[in-house]
Amino acid sequence: MTTATLPVYTKKDFQTDQEIRWCPGCGDYAILAAVQAVFAELGVPREKFVFISGIGCSSRFPYYMNTFGFHTIHGRAPAIATGVKLIRPDLDVWVATGDGDSLSIGGNHTIHMLRRNVGLKVLMFNNKIYGLTKGQYSPTSEVGKKAKSTPFGSVDRPFSPLSLALGSEATFIARSVDVFQQHLKETLRKAAAHQGSAYIEILQNCNIFNDGAWETITEKEARSEQVVQLEHGKPLIFGKNRDKGIRLVGLDLEVVALGSGTGEKDLLVHDEHNPNPVYAFALSRMDSMPGFPTPIGVLRALQGVPRYEDLIQQQIREVQARKGKGDLAKLLRAGDTWEVKA
Amino acid sequence: MSTTISDILGRKRETIDKAVIRFCGDSGDGMQITGSQFTNTVALYGNDLATFPDYPAEIRAPAGTLPGVSGFQVHFSSSNVYTPGDSVDVLIAMNPAALKMNLPDLKTNGILIVNSDDFKETDLRKAQITVSPLEDHSLDGYRLFAVELTKLTRAALKEVGLDAKSMDRCKNFFALGMCYWLYNRSMEPTLRWLDEKFKNKPQLVSANKLAMQAGYSFCEATEAFQISYEIPPAKLSPGTYRNISGNAALALGFVAASQQAGIPLFLGSYPITPASDILHELSMYKDFGVTTFQAEDEIAAVSSAIGASYTGALAITTTSGPGMALKTEAIGLAVAVELPLVVCDIQRGGPSTGLPTKTEQADLLQALYGRNSEAPAPVLAPSSPGDCFWIALEASRIAIKYMVPVIILSDGYLANGAEPWKIPAVSELAQIPVHFETNPEGFLPYKRNPSTLARPWAIPGTPGLEHRVGGIEKQDVTGNINYEPLNHEHMVRTRAEKVEGIAQDIPEIVPEGDPSGDLLIVAWGSTAGPITAAMKPMREKGHRIGHVHLRYLNPLPRNLGDILKRYKKILVPEMNMGQLVMLLRAKFLVDAESYGKIQGKPFKQSEIEAKIEELLD
Repeated sequence: MTTATLPVYTKKDFQTDQEIRWCPGCGDYAILAAVQAVFAELGVPREKFVFISGIGCSSRFPYYMNTFGFHTIHGRAPAIATGVKLIRPDLDVWVATGDGDSLSIGGNHTIHMLRRNVGLKVLMFNNKIYGLTKGQYSPTSEVGKKAKSTPFGSVDRPFSPLSLALGSEATFIARSVDVFQQHLKETLRKAAAHQGSAYIEILQNCNIFNDGAWETITEKEARSEQVVQLEHGKPLIFGKNRDKGIRLVGLDLEVVALGSGTGEKDLLVHDEHNPNPVYAFALSRMDSMPGFPTPIGVLRALQGVPRYEDLIQQQIREVQARKGKGDLAKLLRAGDTWEVKA
Repeated sequence: MSTTISDILGRKRETIDKAVIRFCGDSGDGMQITGSQFTNTVALYGNDLATFPDYPAEIRAPAGTLPGVSGFQVHFSSSNVYTPGDSVDVLIAMNPAALKMNLPDLKTNGILIVNSDDFKETDLRKAQITVSPLEDHSLDGYRLFAVELTKLTRAALKEVGLDAKSMDRCKNFFALGMCYWLYNRSMEPTLRWLDEKFKNKPQLVSANKLAMQAGYSFCEATEAFQISYEIPPAKLSPGTYRNISGNAALALGFVAASQQAGIPLFLGSYPITPASDILHELSMYKDFGVTTFQAEDEIAAVSSAIGASYTGALAITTTSGPGMALKTEAIGLAVAVELPLVVCDIQRGGPSTGLPTKTEQADLLQALYGRNSEAPAPVLAPSSPGDCFWIALEASRIAIKYMVPVIILSDGYLANGAEPWKIPAVSELAQIPVHFETNPEGFLPYKRNPSTLARPWAIPGTPGLEHRVGGIEKQDVTGNINYEPLNHEHMVRTRAEKVEGIAQDIPEIVPEGDPSGDLLIVAWGSTAGPITAAMKPMREKGHRIGHVHLRYLNPLPRNLGDILKRYKKILVPEMNMGQLVMLLRAKFLVDAESYGKIQGKPFKQSEIEAKIEELLD
């Protein structure tokens, strides 16, 4: 047996010489830094990483990653990445996308990629705005959003991206925040380890067109009151003094104060492997419920669902094992033939 | 030439040169299967042939109505066959609607076989007929055989144990048996086919066999037919033949291309008429390592193919006009990132949904120019069902050698029409060289091969070649994002030059017929048959006519301009409003004349002949 030795990478090995063209102060810088740092640790040869993107600010990402990179067309990254995976399941393929690219123009590809469980890691930068086209509302913008194309406020109801992903049979959904570096890195590591589609909503600040969209979560003082960190096997507790928890009453979630008769044993215990999607669905939209914190971390990680590309390859191998490798001369002569003599 | 002998009943058997048969009936009557079986049998016998399946877009329009009529025409001969035939010698009509729709194409004194059981008042009403044509002498100009097909089929199958409805579904095979008798053909190939087709349904095997044999015996025993026909085998060039449709030939061509290139074949496709059969066919060839991906939409279909190409596969996508429109942006991406890709557009009548099951050639300008900005791509067009095989190989070769998306324009007529095809030996097929870049030394993603202008194919997984590509404008050589005015102009011109350069790598064109003279017919795609057929009688009349049939529409053959100057007039028949003719006029400043037909049907030989006469008289 030979042991291939992997080069030891540092974050620097994943940086390119390209001039980064995001606005100063953009949340994308923090995401880039986290991804470069995590890639260095994953133990994957650099040439096996492929970063594929669509269109939008987030989709410039591949140019700044020293891996194979393909900046494609608006919304189509999951479809192009599916083609890559079907030919080379061994490649580690990541998709950089945004709320417009993934949920609006590319919505169809997003849901079908998730349904098939193609082994792609999708980083969906959600800034609730169209940045590159200079400030129109997006499918995640809140009702009433005043933007370039909605001077009197948007009347569109927004998506909950993770509810949509779950409804598309996603096997891995997670949420993190651009400025929560350690949490973001940990979430990326878990996504990298997942077999199948991993859909990560990264709450990202567009400081030019939608500054402060996530302020209630990221603001230092408010942070611990507004965010609940999900940890597998641990109860759902939050608050500066870890004095609040979430419990289930019937089919409804409820925020309860801990103490005076209510303890950890009464709370929901996070189970990311729960095959019943009802729990993860409740978590996926908890952030939009008044008085509830925003859950971050892995909401769901189903194990043991085969990857699409493996099933496709397996079928090819099975047919080849049964019929032998195709013989072109035989194929051309298949069916009824006849001879014309000279 | 015709010789006649008589049998013991005094019935005649006449040896003739050719015949055209059309089976028509309701969509549920199995006319496509009946026609295909007859075709296969005459092909195996050695006749040359051409077929024209014509069916409605609806799977089952209300039974017995005019919109539900489905037909299958086959022209078979002891000589070369170029078209399915302008008019028919034998018409088999399973109901009044089929009779009404198809009778105008039956020759005077032609044989007409109808199922008289289906001419009751209700049947007539569905076909919007008031008086039965079987009784009003409107069919006096034909040799009418009113046969109780339903009743006779039921009688033949009474022992099989099928219900009445299932028995009635076998009556097409009764009619097929009659045709085998009429043309003196063995039922053997169809008997074998039935054994295979219904191998898990023995009852259906015996029912269809009995129905067909009963039809044959009916002709043998009754004195209904006073004549039968013999059409000797054609003198085709020596070799092994099979019958093939355009879509099947494309599929085989791509499997062959993948084998000759030594890289896996990937098809990304979304079902659409009349292209879906290519997806069906290729999905069977997993033993050749073929990956087929039925995508969520047309855009994902082409996009997945681009992803597969980026990763080193021979990647193709198949569609028809409406799907082509949806793929447009992605094809532009393939032009910009300079990756090999083959896009098959099996054209149908449009615009929009148009005529899904009918043929047209109106996507030429879309293929050439239907992308934003300057996005040149080579365009190829097969001229017959069998030629689809060779076009698939050639498109793959060009795509790989020049790192460019190539468009194949087939059409509904080629896709579903069939002809005898001489099977090539694998050793006759050229290798398709593939070079994946592996050397990181001096690697740059847009450093071009100086002779082809192709950039390197550097696939993910290759150590040291990590690089970025994208649809955004880039600097030549380095591939870095670049918006500088002169760089953009350089890139636009380079992409165009690369495609134009392919003209040096394709054969010069040689006109069929006269090398100079009164008239040159310039055409492309499926019009080859009727034009070739019309050339012979017109030249025999003393006209000096040449015919060039363009398999390469972009770039055009490098000597085409010279050829155009050698004739007094130029005629361009197309199943569109005049798209190629516009290109020829613009590019070569010639006074070419358009002849457009936009009826969802191929040209008839007689139509081309009439147009030639009109121009030359």
